[in-house]
Amino acid sequence: MNIQLNGRQQELSADIKTIAQLLASLSLEKRIVIVELNKEIINKTAYAERPIRNGDKVELIHFVGGG
Amino acid sequence: MLQIADKTFTSRLLLGTGKYPSFEVQEEAVNISKAEILTFAVRRMDIFEPSQPNFLEQLDLEKYSLLPNTAGAKTAEEAVRIAKLAKASGLCDMVKVEVIGCDRTLLPDPVETLRASEMLLDEGFIVLPYTSDDVVLAKRLVDLGVHAIMPGASPIGSGRGIINPFNLRMIIEQSSVPVIVDAGIGSPKDAAYAMELGADGVLLNTAVSGAGDPVRMAHAMKLAIEAGRLGFEAGRIPEKNYAVASSPNEGLIT
Repeated sequence: MNIQLNGRQQELSADIKTIAQLLASLSLEKRIVIVELNKEIINKTAYAERPIRNGDKVELIHFVGGG
Repeated sequence: MLQIADKTFTSRLLLGTGKYPSFEVQEEAVNISKAEILTFAVRRMDIFEPSQPNFLEQLDLEKYSLLPNTAGAKTAEEAVRIAKLAKASGLCDMVKVEVIGCDRTLLPDPVETLRASEMLLDEGFIVLPYTSDDVVLAKRLVDLGVHAIMPGASPIGSGRGIINPFNLRMIIEQSSVPVIVDAGIGSPKDAAYAMELGADGVLLNTAVSGAGDPVRMAHAMKLAIEAGRLGFEAGRIPEKNYAVASSPNEGLIT
C-alpha cells in the first residue's frame, strides 16, 4: 500500500492497516502526535480502529519551538 | 495576577520556545523566567528522524499552559486548521492567532487575523490574536470577543523595542481584555517600558533565546516585567519641562 505521509510518498508494509499500527511502526505511539487523515483530524480513541487505505494522505503533526 | 478567560497566572511573562542554543539552556531559561505560558509552533513531524528530542515532551505539563501559535498561516482558513490540530493534542485550548501578511516584515494580515479570530471564537477557542499596533483593529478584535490582544512592539525578531508607545497606550486604555505586548522586544528596558505603559503582559522569544546568555536574560526579563508592572501600579510622577528641587527651599544657610 502506498500513502502520502507528511507530503512524501511512502510504501507501507502489508501488516499496517490502522493508524495505531502506522504509529507503532514509526515508534511514535508514546509521542505527542496529532494525526490528520485526508484533512480530517482523528481522535486518539479511534487510532486502533481507523483503517488506512491506499492513496490516503496522512499528516503527523507535533509541537516545535516557536514564538 | 494575569487573567485570560477563566485562567489566572502569577507571571506576566509569556515565553517563546524557539531557537535556543540547546535544550539544557532552554530548560534553565524557562525555569528562571517563572513563565507559566509557553508558546509553540505546530509543524509536521520529521518522521524519518523520530528519535529527535522534543522540548515539549520534557516539560512538566502540569506547570505550564501551552499557547500554540498559527505561524505559517497566510489565510484565516489555514490558521483555523493549525489551531484545530493543536487543540486535538488535548494539551491546550488557547491559541495565538498569527496570520502573516508580508514575508519581509512578518507583520500580521489585519483582515485575515480578524476573520481567523472570529472563526476560532465560534469554534470555542480561547483566542489571543497577534496584531499590529493599529488602535481601531485592536478595538474591532476586542469587540469580537477575543480573550486578550497581543499588539506587536515592532517586527518579530527585530529587537527594536517599542516603536509606537502612543498607539500601545491607546490600545491598552481602550481594551477591556488583557493586552500582551508581543514581538520586537529586544532588551529588559523594552519589557519594563511595555509594562509601565500598562500592558498586562509581555510575550517574547528571540530577546531571550538569542541573547549572549539566555538564562541570565530570562532572569532579567522576569525582573524587568515585575519592575515595570510595580511602577505602573505605583503611578509615576508627571513629566515636567523644568527642574523641581527635591530639597527644601526653606532654612537655606546664608
